Amino acid sequence: MKEIMSGNEAVARGAYEAGLAFASAYPGTPSTEILETLGTRYKDDLYSEWAPNEKVAMEAAIGASVAGVRSFAAMKHVGLNVAADPLFTFAYTGVTGGMVFVSADDPGMHSSQNEQDNRNYAKAARVLMLNPSDSQEAKEFTKLGYELSERFNTPVMLHMTTRVCHSKGLVELGERVEKPIVPYEKNIKKFVATPANAKVMRVQLEDRLAAMEEYACTTPINQPEYNGTKIGVVTSGISYQYAREVFGEEASYLKLGMTFPMPRNLLKEFASKVEKVYVVEEMDPYIEESLKMLGIDCIGKDIIPRYGELNTDIVRTAVTGEKKEVLTSDVKAVMRPPVLCAGCPHRGFFYTLSKKKGVMITGDIGCYTLGSAAPLNALDTTFCMGGSVSTGHGASVALRNAGSDLKVVSVIGDSTFFHSGITSLIDAVYNKGSNTTVILDNRITGMTGHQENPGTGYTLMGQETTEVDIPALCKAIGMKEENIYIVNPNHMKEVRKALDEAIAKDEATVIITKWPCALKRFSKEDKERFDLTPKKCVVDPEKCVMCKACVKTGCPAINGTGDHVVIDAASCTGCTVCQQVCPAGAIEEVAK
Amino acid sequence: MSEVKNILLVGVGGQGTILASKILTEGLVDAGYEVKMSEIHGMSQRGGNVSTQVRYGEKVYSPIVGVGEADVIVAFEKMEALRWLEYLKPDGKMVINDFEIPSAPILMGVAEYPEGILEILNEKADTLVFKAGEIAESLGTGKAMNIVLLGALVKAMKVEGVDWHKAIRNNVKEKFIDVNIKAFEAGYAL
Repeated sequence: MKEIMSGNEAVARGAYEAGLAFASAYPGTPSTEILETLGTRYKDDLYSEWAPNEKVAMEAAIGASVAGVRSFAAMKHVGLNVAADPLFTFAYTGVTGGMVFVSADDPGMHSSQNEQDNRNYAKAARVLMLNPSDSQEAKEFTKLGYELSERFNTPVMLHMTTRVCHSKGLVELGERVEKPIVPYEKNIKKFVATPANAKVMRVQLEDRLAAMEEYACTTPINQPEYNGTKIGVVTSGISYQYAREVFGEEASYLKLGMTFPMPRNLLKEFASKVEKVYVVEEMDPYIEESLKMLGIDCIGKDIIPRYGELNTDIVRTAVTGEKKEVLTSDVKAVMRPPVLCAGCPHRGFFYTLSKKKGVMITGDIGCYTLGSAAPLNALDTTFCMGGSVSTGHGASVALRNAGSDLKVVSVIGDSTFFHSGITSLIDAVYNKGSNTTVILDNRITGMTGHQENPGTGYTLMGQETTEVDIPALCKAIGMKEENIYIVNPNHMKEVRKALDEAIAKDEATVIITKWPCALKRFSKEDKERFDLTPKKCVVDPEKCVMCKACVKTGCPAINGTGDHVVIDAASCTGCTVCQQVCPAGAIEEVAK
Repeated sequence: MSEVKNILLVGVGGQGTILASKILTEGLVDAGYEVKMSEIHGMSQRGGNVSTQVRYGEKVYSPIVGVGEADVIVAFEKMEALRWLEYLKPDGKMVINDFEIPSAPILMGVAEYPEGILEILNEKADTLVFKAGEIAESLGTGKAMNIVLLGALVKAMKVEGVDWHKAIRNNVKEKFIDVNIKAFEAGYAL
């Protein structure tokens, strides 16, 4: 049977067919749908969970492997930075049950703060790497990954990119094969990485790498396709699809489905049979460097871009120099940037914060990064998950010690706080920093499309569980009770008062805003705790003076282009932020 | 059937492009074509522009349509049609929903919605322009706007031997099947 699947759905299918027993991940575009698929479609056959962060997910999967079952973890490229620590040692110990993890890279930064080529991680950590180029391969390589993981005693990295994750194609389905748990045997020399044991493991790892490289030279997923002898193209992953369209039937191809360890003898053999070698790959010259180390002359990054996504056009232009004539217009479309949604509980908070003078605002990763956009412009920095609180702590101490009056506000979402903001807040409290941390608790992981997190009270598989009590947690790590403020972000006076008080203090403070995401499917707890009856705001055209104060809140439901302001009734949720900023009393909240 | 055809569905988050492309893809697959469909997820729910790329033929490699390569572009919103113009083949066809969704800079008054979009596009390319929302309303639900556009797209693709009604039935709730099939036929009849 065949089914149309995205690369992500196909990975989930492959893991399911391979007898997967345990999966863990933290959501991150473009990897999120893998665990969503495992946690819904295959939940009767295997266990899956959202972990608070990628390191936890990786470690949980390692634990399940050591315990004897096939396990899985998934993350976006930056997630592997977080999970790298356990991975590098897991490469030494090896597995009991097979372990495969996905690194989903985002060349072109469709939905990421940076672009990184995580193939370098496989090389640095010395773990076997597979590189699928479409949905069918995503499924097949996942299954193969489990076999190879157990055969070579190594974790296996499945390197995906946005276009492999989110493109759909037909996938041939197979049956699930159950894998019984491997009976547990205590093995200190294998799994306890003390220096004495790790030194032995390090040597064994080299032997494994040699065996893996031998396999890489003969595996069917690394077979050359010999056509003409003039041009030979070495490529891998999604880049193969572009290269195949550009170079056509005449050229020969070495499409590498496994690129760590690099099949060096195969590269030499292929290069010897063609006159000219091209290397087509996205981002870093990863394959190209291997070829050049072998002394093989090749054309790669001297013509193919080093950053951004590739596509057939870019590769064709790079190779032939031809530029296509295209239809153009002098009138250009206006940008359509993403904005905080109508009714977003972050708007009232950010609007209020944007009016505060003398503050530096350290930001984080999530929907609320959009608080940096016009007209709010209410962020000064964004680096990484959890970074707002610790960068804010460092800045607050540096400013204070230098005698500056500038105060620091750190803004972080609930899921990001659980991810890696807690340890940062401990730093701020314990080391007597003076930044005000604002935890925007909208009771869901918003940006990636509404995944449960430790604050929602539900698991990925739909079970009820215990919510983390954020105020109690802050108290437990040493935050003084009088320094903890809990506010409704839609009530701007309340927000202003809390900000004024907290920022004025010369010690670490926390403001917790509580209101569910406007797009969330509300849980029964949400309905009990918040007044969520449908409402909307309407403008009285007689009273509207067109001062556009409401427009400056940046709400996409508000249209200020006509004779008077109009609020779109369908998208308005009645958050009343516009009503609160209207000086003419022209906006009224009514039932929807 | 050997030539690969390229289709682009472009619009604004929440307009139903994803469902339309799903039905399109399923119909083509069912008729025996190899199909690759690519969409960008992430921030589209937050008011951004969305695009789905569909390529079909006997053998398809890349899932992405390049500039100047689209045989048909269906734009769910006028300004999006303008944005994607350079992706259209010079002899390609553009199906355009005569509908405006102002973006954030326009709502805030820092930019103006471009005037004369339809005239510009008409001059540059073969276009089919209509108000899909009004057609859907007349059939009982404005929500079927995306399926009206799908019908017009399918006709412009000149593809035959596909059971579109079946693909619709497989992808919408039972009680909405009839209205969506009517919407599809209304679009196809344009």
